[in-house]
Amino acid sequence: MAQIKSPEELEKVRQGILSGRDPSKPSISVCAGSACLASGAAEVIAAFKAEIKKQGLEADVDTKGAGCPGFCERGPVVVIYPEEICYLQVKPEDVSEIVSSTIKEKKVIDRLLYVDPSTGEKAVHEYDIPFYKKQMRLVIGDNIKIDPKSIDDYLAVGGYSALGKVIRSMTPDQVIEEVSKSNLRGRSGSGFPAGFKWESCRKSEGEPKYIICNCHEGDPGAFADRRLLEATPHTVLEGMIIGCYAIGAAEGYIFVGDEFPQTVENARLAIKQAEEYGFLGKNILGSDFDLTIKVYIDGGGYVLGESSSLMASMEGKIGEPRTKYDHATDRGLWAKPTVLNNLQTWVNVPLIINQGADSFSKIGTEESTGTRVFSLTGKVNNIGMVEVPMGMTFREIVFDIGGGIRGNKKFKALQAGGPMGGFIPENLLDLQVDYEEMKKAGLAMGPGLIVADENTCIVDMVKYYLTFLANESCGKCTPCRDGLRHMLKIMNRITEGRGQKGDLELLEILSEVQKSAALCALGQGASDPLRASLKHFRDEYEAHIEEKRCPAGVCKVLSTALNI
Amino acid sequence: MDNDRIDQIIDKHQGEASSLIQVLLEIQRENSWLPKEILERVSEKLQVSLAQIQHTATFYKAFRLVPKGRHEIHICNGTSCHVRGAQGVIDTVQDLIGIRPGQTDLDSKFTLETCNCLGRCALGPVIEIEGKTHSKMSPAEAKDVIKKYE
Ligand SMILES: Cc1cc2nc3c(=O)[nH]c(=O)nc-3n(C[C@H](O)[C@H](O)[C@H](O)COP(=O)(O)O)c2cc1C
Ligand code: FES
Repeated sequence: MAQIKSPEELEKVRQGILSGRDPSKPSISVCAGSACLASGAAEVIAAFKAEIKKQGLEADVDTKGAGCPGFCERGPVVVIYPEEICYLQVKPEDVSEIVSSTIKEKKVIDRLLYVDPSTGEKAVHEYDIPFYKKQMRLVIGDNIKIDPKSIDDYLAVGGYSALGKVIRSMTPDQVIEEVSKSNLRGRSGSGFPAGFKWESCRKSEGEPKYIICNCHEGDPGAFADRRLLEATPHTVLEGMIIGCYAIGAAEGYIFVGDEFPQTVENARLAIKQAEEYGFLGKNILGSDFDLTIKVYIDGGGYVLGESSSLMASMEGKIGEPRTKYDHATDRGLWAKPTVLNNLQTWVNVPLIINQGADSFSKIGTEESTGTRVFSLTGKVNNIGMVEVPMGMTFREIVFDIGGGIRGNKKFKALQAGGPMGGFIPENLLDLQVDYEEMKKAGLAMGPGLIVADENTCIVDMVKYYLTFLANESCGKCTPCRDGLRHMLKIMNRITEGRGQKGDLELLEILSEVQKSAALCALGQGASDPLRASLKHFRDEYEAHIEEKRCPAGVCKVLSTALNI
Repeated sequence: MDNDRIDQIIDKHQGEASSLIQVLLEIQRENSWLPKEILERVSEKLQVSLAQIQHTATFYKAFRLVPKGRHEIHICNGTSCHVRGAQGVIDTVQDLIGIRPGQTDLDSKFTLETCNCLGRCALGPVIEIEGKTHSKMSPAEAKDVIKKYE
């Protein structure tokens, strides 16, 4: 592919791709996300290819491994176009029937459809399934149509048109103005206005300027950021390229761990393709804007997601947090002006440019605009990746999208914000996805939502987070290093039936000191789940201490003691 | 891994001290762990003290300073897997093979690792061995799975 030399040529290339594709031609999309692959998607794809060959349909049917549409619970997910028939939990054994009946005879196979557990109704299309119905899938909606390894697929659904628009008709200042007007806020949970950050960096004097996409996602039990990069790497790149244009940066980095090998592979391939097409490199789309983007593999460790640690580690140093005297937008990576944004922040940029700030800012609430992608996991019926408009209540997410609690158990709490987040008990479930609302409730807007039911012990869960953080604390400051160990010691004794009167008060004091005295945000936030649980689930702690009983039956020593 | 290959990797990163982490990651990807001789070579070539390299290799979680066993067992200990019973699975596997996460047994048969989320929460608790995912593991099933490996 020769490099594309102008936004006009880009549209021609797009038309070329589209005219070579017949929208009425049958096409089979199999989710090739890491969750579906683990449930056998690769075998399903291979079976389709073999069957289609066997039936001599190679010229008439397309098969592709596509990006994750989010319904991991029922993977492998297969969608058949042009009818958009959605089959779930497809096995290689189902494939020949699908090709013979659905592809050839246009017959729907009932047993592979989604059945609504409450009504018994079957859903033929993705959009009929309750899991998808209440979502607003602006970012992830096209995933299942696109092979993440194919830039042409991305172009076919309008990809890089925002970049074309920017190069053709917008100045960097206009781009920043648009992003500011959209009120796009940091999706890491910070809620920091992206436009403001970009503008500070643009105005800063140092050169060169850098941008970084934070795809570290160290929260245990969260996968949304990395899944997005895996499923739609070109959207991330397009957002970053537009950001660099606006900020005046000549280099960008994607900071990501390699626990999900596919994520890194897809990101690297996308960069290579974008270079070939002229969306990266010199004179992008014929303008005088040059840019390189590289994948930076992180060395592992929760604290690396924090901005000063992240930048120190990218400089090859030990990734310990620093006290911040300067803004990264003045002195960031290599002491140069740097914009660090979460992956989900970047992903929204093409959308804002394409549909305009006014329309974007109408989605969500006054102060929190747009959508948010979460990984919804734990004891909920529909585990997966979900995209919801800001302003939706957590009750809707858990019960309407998530389909309620597994095995008809009782809901206990929703954990949001990971090890530095908190718990939402039943009586607060009508809380909205909104930065301010969540902050007031002591919650952070991390990428993961984990549902706890009546059989989940909150004390155990808090102990789990404290154990995690005690291992992850860099050890530089005493309140964090020693505070965590002391809290953990008390938690261990409570869960082992040796809890004492006064332990809860002691925990409260320790967490307070830690919150006010720790050096970085990790230490300051480390006891947030503990504080939230003491507030909402104090009775569970008391049962452990006073009655030597674990109401959920999780804490081993206490539960066995009961059985004797 | 011979010195030539180490040098190649270092050259790819322009021999800059700041690329230490990337160099070590790349070496480890090929060699599976970081023996002292390799670290010495890296130290010499990048002009970074061995102490500094040790500091880096012990600070970042990705690096391994002891050899791996023939089979690497990854048990997910992410929050979703945790609330679905991963701790019981970890305890059982630990008892069965006699090592804790981060360790390799004396016969170099197994290395046990836990991780934060494999992105397959719908299948949790999850064990991954050599790229194969074992889903919805109970402690007893985990035992059966591990026993199959020689
Ligand atoms: C301990 C700690 C871990 C963090 N981990 C992440 C992370 O994994 N991903 C992320 O985007 N931000 C993380 N952050 C927040 C970053 O420091 C930074 O604020 C963020 O990447 C800015 O992006 P945003 O403005 O787009 O939200 C973490 C912060 C702390 C204190
Ligand atoms: S928490 Fe185990 S796979 Fe996500």
